[in-house]
Amino acid sequence: MPLESDIIALWITLRLAFITVLILLTLGTPLAWWLANTKFRFKAVIEAAVALPLVLPPTVLGFYMLVAIGPNGPIGEFMAAIGARPLAFSFAGLVIGSVFYSLPFVVQPLQSAFSTLGKAPLEIAATLGAGPLDRFFTIVAPLTKSGYLTATVLGFAHTMGEFGVVLMIGGNIPGRTQVLSIAIYDHVEALDYGSAHWLSAALLVFSFLLLLLVYGLNRRFDVVKV
Amino acid sequence: MSIHARIHLQKGAFILDAEFTVPGDGVTALFGRSGCGKSTLLRAIAGLEHPLPGSTISVNGIVWLEDSKYLSVHQRRVGYVFQDPGLFNHLRVRGNLMYGFKRKQTPDSGPAPDEVIAMLGLERFLDRYPQTLSGGERQRVAIGRALLSAPDLLLMDEPLAALDMKSRDEILPFLDSLCVTARMPVLYVSHSPDEVVRLAENLIVMGGGKVIAHGELADVLSREDSPIAQSDEAFSVLSCTVQKLDGPCHLSVLNTRSGESVFVPRVSLNDRTNIRLRINARDVSLCTQRPVGSSILNILEVQVAQIVPPDHKGQQLVRVRLRGTDELLLARISEYSCQELGVAENMHLYAQIKAVALIG
Repeated sequence: MPLESDIIALWITLRLAFITVLILLTLGTPLAWWLANTKFRFKAVIEAAVALPLVLPPTVLGFYMLVAIGPNGPIGEFMAAIGARPLAFSFAGLVIGSVFYSLPFVVQPLQSAFSTLGKAPLEIAATLGAGPLDRFFTIVAPLTKSGYLTATVLGFAHTMGEFGVVLMIGGNIPGRTQVLSIAIYDHVEALDYGSAHWLSAALLVFSFLLLLLVYGLNRRFDVVKV
Repeated sequence: MSIHARIHLQKGAFILDAEFTVPGDGVTALFGRSGCGKSTLLRAIAGLEHPLPGSTISVNGIVWLEDSKYLSVHQRRVGYVFQDPGLFNHLRVRGNLMYGFKRKQTPDSGPAPDEVIAMLGLERFLDRYPQTLSGGERQRVAIGRALLSAPDLLLMDEPLAALDMKSRDEILPFLDSLCVTARMPVLYVSHSPDEVVRLAENLIVMGGGKVIAHGELADVLSREDSPIAQSDEAFSVLSCTVQKLDGPCHLSVLNTRSGESVFVPRVSLNDRTNIRLRINARDVSLCTQRPVGSSILNILEVQVAQIVPPDHKGQQLVRVRLRGTDELLLARISEYSCQELGVAENMHLYAQIKAVALIG
């Protein structure tokens, strides 16, 4: 049976993934839109930076994050100067780390959905009297919903499975920053294979169901289109 | 009431520098080779391209663009029909048609949905998705959608170019009646002389990013410097009225403005009394005396208005006026016959017309 601390870890993990995805969809939409439409000369630089978490060992990302938000880092000093609580080893710090870590998983599906959509439907909507926000919600969003679904699920699942970054900047404080993947690691370290099995199996089934939902819905969207 | 535009615009190496004024109602065709800037001009008028400072656009007294004023696309009351229908695939035909209708700035203006749906024959399709329609049907929906947004100016960018002949024949009658009943000015881009002559009353001829000529269709067509007049397909347009529909031997008889009769293959008119004839310059020959015993039926009395210098192929264009009118006819004859006949300005001649094409 799962321990109470495991239930709390699961809760923290879900909350972290949910908040991270929400932030990423909000920030990722304008970024992906800009990347899909800009003729900026150094666009490739931005694209490479966004994709970096795909290839970088999470510990490297976590290490730099820790340096930045630690008490002597630029962000840490700034937080101290305005009298805010330090970010390191806090849930807020975890959210910031996750946002960077899962950025490409949200931005890339959105960017490709926006590129595929093209400018024509928006130009037509504009000639029909729709303003910018109106165009986004009545044309862009419905026509790129499968891109949004993919982005949401990938961002969510990727954040759920994160380990290295969390370990570096979140520590492993039960009840505050201990997430599922680290709880599993702890159980294995303590040779408590029973609890590790429980949690791993739960994560496995959950992830599988999530992906099943994506592929199932994506197919349904296609059927609706024709 | 008029539409005036002065557009300076640079897009890469292409420079558009166009200015024109056309009447604020009826159909104006924008004609020119592909790549001459027709579409770019139309896009700039809609606000989809950003012109350089100094550009102005005003439509029937409403300023869309000026030094100190810039209306965005969605603030301009413009309807735009592209070559590609561009229907919204997530909406049914009804949703597409109503998209602009729901957003129009003055709720009481413009045609009613039922009226447009009936005119374009779209009743059967309202609950279908765009992907299930044919190309011609989609373009009809796109036209209806633009009309229902109650625009002050309707822009059409080669709406028939991407369609096959069958769909084209299916849409042209709609466009025809649309242009009569739309009660809104239309700018129609085309490179098909047939479409231009059939639909338009005014013509803007473009070339190399500039407006070469603009004005009333028949005037512009017959101007010697228009690219149409210079090409092998030079033609002129005559306005006629119906004298007798069921003439002899499957012919109909029309009257020109000079009061002479013209015989054409029998026409079925739907209560129209005016008919325009398109006459290719190479189908017109000139005689100094009225020919007798000729198989050619249509012979009109004309007076030479202008003789265009011969081209390098030994052909030359002669502009003649129908007796006592301003109606211009173009004749392409050989330089040799022009010299032999001693054609000179104001000379009275007879024009033999070998073939006419009926247009709207």
